[in-house]
Amino acid sequence: MKKEIICIECPNGCVLALEIKDGKIVQVEGNKCDKGVVYAESEIENPLRVLTTSVMSEGLSVLMVPVKTREPIPKDLMLKAMENIKKIKVKKSVEVGDVIVKDLMGLGVDLVATRSVR
Amino acid sequence: MKERELVIVGGGPAAMAAAISAHESGVKDILVLERDQFLGGILNQCIHTGFGLNHFKELLSGPEYAQRFIEKITGIKDIEISLQSFVTNLNSDKELTYLRPGEMEEVRARAIIMATGCRERTREMIHVAGTRPAGIFSAGLAQKLINSEGLLLGQEIVVVGSGDIGLIMARRFTLEGAKVKAVVEIQKESKGLIRNVVQCLDDFNIPLYLSHKISKIYGKHRVEKVDVIAVDDNFNEVQNSRFEIECDTVLISAGLIPENELIEMAQVEMDKKTNTPVSDEINKTSVEGLFVCGNAFKIYDLVDSVTKDSIIAGEMAAEYLGYKK
Ligand SMILES: Cc1cc2nc3c(=O)[nH]c(=O)nc-3n(C[C@H](O)[C@H](O)[C@H](O)COP(=O)(O)OP(=O)(O)OC[C@H]3O[C@@H](n4cnc5c(N)ncnc54)[C@H](O)[C@@H]3O)c2cc1C
Repeated sequence: MKKEIICIECPNGCVLALEIKDGKIVQVEGNKCDKGVVYAESEIENPLRVLTTSVMSEGLSVLMVPVKTREPIPKDLMLKAMENIKKIKVKKSVEVGDVIVKDLMGLGVDLVATRSVR
Repeated sequence: MKERELVIVGGGPAAMAAAISAHESGVKDILVLERDQFLGGILNQCIHTGFGLNHFKELLSGPEYAQRFIEKITGIKDIEISLQSFVTNLNSDKELTYLRPGEMEEVRARAIIMATGCRERTREMIHVAGTRPAGIFSAGLAQKLINSEGLLLGQEIVVVGSGDIGLIMARRFTLEGAKVKAVVEIQKESKGLIRNVVQCLDDFNIPLYLSHKISKIYGKHRVEKVDVIAVDDNFNEVQNSRFEIECDTVLISAGLIPENELIEMAQVEMDKKTNTPVSDEINKTSVEGLFVCGNAFKIYDLVDSVTKDSIIAGEMAAEYLGYKK
């Protein structure tokens, strides 16, 4: 089966022409770099996205602390993850990269702060 | 009046890159004036990833990108950073007036770099008919209210304009549990990056109406619905194509305008259409020693390019001040 997808790894937005057999990629064309191949494989077999949002803080210098999943998580679980993340409150100062939730929903991926907030 | 060698107005990525680069080029007396309580500029509210691929070879969120420069600049003793400092006046002798809590200050600079960023176009500038109920926001303002202040602004959203900010906000509202009913774009193609159409709209099955426009907004106190009409290649309305979308919130993502009222006060020759300085060279203005960089000089898509050109602005100011390369 042939399929076209757009690579979202960088602003280039390459159009990738895929040849898929039994749910697996056998050929990728149109990618300007190797990231395109990795993206195509993941997109067909198990689409992943980095989730970014912000969580409430208490007693800190800003109202909201921006966060992201350190690694991408399954695309279909983003809304579910948001429900969990909404319940969180950050009460201690954090630095960029500090873990806010360890092993989010058992996915093996940490939710980390993306801003240093004191 | 106090004298400074170099004054930089703004505290976003453009200002920070220019300050660091001027310092590296030899300037030792630098004052940075930022009206906000924090450095980072617009990046603080851009919590999505999509920054830094060129400059850092890493995919960062806005605050992470800013943080790297904040750490660097606050580590340089020769750079004085004055927050909550709102510049209100500038003249062609390079004299600045700024307000900070309880104080009005004046300073004369030998060179100035303006890095004041941009502001959003508003509903008034794109001419939508109808009432003026609550629930109409510019997309960047909505971004700030949601991401930095934790407010959810509505439940059923229509986004007008498909620039990157509109696309990013469509995803943001969806993640926060609202329903984004449509993104409406008058042009034949999205103005945003294709990757944002994919990851912000397609991922969540949000419809994108190309060659369509919002012709009317209804609602007494709060937005109730909008009229959508198809347009042809000349942007004329297509007959009998009108339909309604019920919604309580309209986001306007109609582009950005450089923020340059201060250099206008200093008699800089301006291009009235783009609100940017008339210039044959990057970062330059018609006033000697007065430079402009970042989104104030021209609207950039990528912060990495802002950084690259603002580094040049710092070098240009240093050279003007007599520091050899
Ligand atoms: C919503 C949005 C989404 C974006 N998404 C991306 C993306 O995904 N990837 C990417 O690479 N780029 C993105 N960009 C572009 C990038 O963020 C900008 O190009 C960049 O931040 C511009 O930097 P700047 O320093 O010129 O302006 P700004 O960051 O706006 O900084 C200007 C600063 O000047 C200060 N200031 C203004 N007037 C005065 C005054 N009179 N006195 C004192 N201080 C003043 C302001 O408070 C502000 O801090 C996005 C931009 C926006 C608006």
